Amino acid sequence: MMEMFIRATGNISPQKTFGHVPFLNEPVEYFTNRLSCIEPDYKNFIDAKMIRRMSRIIKMGVAAATECLQEANVEMPDAIITGTAYGCLEDTGIFLTKLVEQKEEMLTPTAFIQSTHNTVGAQVALMLHCHNYNNTFVHRGFSFESALLDAMMLLSENEAKNILVGSVDEITNTSHTIINRMGLYKQIPSSNFALFSSNTKGTIAGEGASFFLLSSEQSENNYAQLDALTTFYKPKNINEIENQISDFLNYRSTSIDEIDLLITGKNGDINGDKIYEEINETLFKNKPLINFKHLCGEYPTATGFALWLAANIIKTKTVPSIAGKISVDNKLKKILIYNHYQNIHHSLFLISAC
Amino acid sequence: MNAEVYVAGVGIISAIGNNTAENLAALASEHAGMNEITYLDTFYRNKLPVAEVKLNNENLATLSGLSNNISRTALLSTIAAQEAINDAGIENFSSLRTGFISANSVGGMDKSENFFADFLADNKKGKLRNVINHECGSVTEITADKLGIKNYVSTISTACSSSANAIFFAARMIKHNMLDVVVAGGVDALTKFTLNGFNTLMILDQQYCKPFDENRKGLNLGEGAGYVVLVSERVAHSLKKEMYCRLSGYANANDAYHQTASSPDGTGSFLAMQNALKKSGLQPNDIDYINLHGTGTQNNDIAEGTAIARLFEGKYPKMSSTKSFTGHTLGACGGIEAAFSVLSIKHGIIYPNLRLQTPMKELPFVPEIKFLQNQKVNNVLSNSFGFGGNCSSLIFSKQ
Repeated sequence: MMEMFIRATGNISPQKTFGHVPFLNEPVEYFTNRLSCIEPDYKNFIDAKMIRRMSRIIKMGVAAATECLQEANVEMPDAIITGTAYGCLEDTGIFLTKLVEQKEEMLTPTAFIQSTHNTVGAQVALMLHCHNYNNTFVHRGFSFESALLDAMMLLSENEAKNILVGSVDEITNTSHTIINRMGLYKQIPSSNFALFSSNTKGTIAGEGASFFLLSSEQSENNYAQLDALTTFYKPKNINEIENQISDFLNYRSTSIDEIDLLITGKNGDINGDKIYEEINETLFKNKPLINFKHLCGEYPTATGFALWLAANIIKTKTVPSIAGKISVDNKLKKILIYNHYQNIHHSLFLISAC
Repeated sequence: MNAEVYVAGVGIISAIGNNTAENLAALASEHAGMNEITYLDTFYRNKLPVAEVKLNNENLATLSGLSNNISRTALLSTIAAQEAINDAGIENFSSLRTGFISANSVGGMDKSENFFADFLADNKKGKLRNVINHECGSVTEITADKLGIKNYVSTISTACSSSANAIFFAARMIKHNMLDVVVAGGVDALTKFTLNGFNTLMILDQQYCKPFDENRKGLNLGEGAGYVVLVSERVAHSLKKEMYCRLSGYANANDAYHQTASSPDGTGSFLAMQNALKKSGLQPNDIDYINLHGTGTQNNDIAEGTAIARLFEGKYPKMSSTKSFTGHTLGACGGIEAAFSVLSIKHGIIYPNLRLQTPMKELPFVPEIKFLQNQKVNNVLSNSFGFGGNCSSLIFSKQ
């Protein structure tokens, strides 16, 4: 594939990541198993009339997308592509609740209209009057990766030069209660900063809206170059995972020795984290490594946060201390992100300095 | 990127048949699939017609080889996708790089909405197995696992254009040499959620829908699944059978007008059709048949019709909305109608637009109202437009 660059980002997360803020130097600590986004004042990004109608996920998505476009100084992207695993849960829940309570009678359309999975991408297009390519991927832990792959293919096809691509997912009271009942979250609350030393089952819930302006054009403002991305589904065992990672690097003619920093998706669940720990003893042995889900929580599109983190580390040539006690310098060149979601959806991102 | 992508197989389940042959027979005999609600447990039984697949979940489970307590969406998807693979007859399927790219609009909602009734009464209640496959992607994975497809699995949801987008995303992955074979299309089962949602929008016809009729009153919801098996040139040449056709053009545009309504001049529809033509290298007068989005709502049909009038300017191909047979199957319609388009080329047939009595006075053309055989059908345009302004068009071409 051709060269492609991350020109700008917009990230709403449970940390202070939105707008012109220092890079994670005031980490936010939580003592629950639910990390909620720190939301901006939407008035600066969205028309006041629209704000009242929009659910939280739509506002977060539209604001993160707008911030990203402003930073990129791009008024009209050539494509808008989003990834969301759960879609608009709040509006879905509102409509379902009324449907049950009112026994299918006297319902109103607003929540239904805004419940479709493509609402965020559609609202961004509507706001910009953007008639260009518009797509939404909804495949669990591959949602953001599919969106990014679509963007990378479009750039390669010369169908687009500047693409707005993002991930967005929300936690609602209902979704949190249900997933809690499924046993995916920790039952004994502790600090998110101590997530990796908990030694217990389950993780902490997260959410976020992370947008990127992906461009085929060189610019001194670019954060980083996105070299490659791959996904693999339900690997049979650790050998297959290691082979997938090796093949991915080999295909890019990149040796593991060239990777300056690894970002992995540990989420504090002792079962799921075993995979990372095994690879850390083999393929990733002695490599500088940081994690990120103690900052944003676990959710199917959390790799959006990871890519934002990687892009900012490359741009600033610093690793925030909350992410890991690792000193890097101007020689920092390549970052590999490896994430798995429930050992079903595995993904790899290779990012390098421009 | 200039490599061709071929259609090697099709699979369909809809209100007019449980497989491709049954669908074709119903189309030829002009037999629509709408009826009183039989399987969906809803307040709207005997009040609104729908186009249900004529099998209960037990029957669908038997056909699909899956358990009858999983989402109807997954059952429908598996049946049609398996038919498509069988039809393609690729002997070395498991040694190729295979993908399953499916689309749907509400995933396992048919189960979630039942869970929700218990859950609302008491948050500790409701069987978790009924909500575990709520996500759109979960439904796709049930089918992918059943089919043994592993190299790439993804799901697209852009409302009613979802499966058209899935099909051309799949084609692009083949062109980029990432995959050899992709089963692509979409599915949706009828749910109370969507039936009530469309009902609040007041766009459901209480009679059988009349797409492109001056007196159209709205759409009928349907359900089903439709898939095509797309293969690379290399795989196409290795197969002993003749390919159905090529996917020669595709495009996606956004109307950017309103969350649920189309712009009066059909800007998004126009751009999708125009760009798909450009991609295929064809001129408007090369198109022999348009499978219309044609939902039967006031808004869609005038927007789509206006865009066609502008793009085809006086030389109109034959066209029809097969939603007059299947109802509007939402996330499945692009897949089902892609399969119909492919079969139109293969058999030289044009499907009728049922119940069209009074042509729309604003439009300079009238869709076909009779089933036509022995037609020259070299290029077919299939339209799928959805909420959120998402508009997509596909073009299939004889080799």
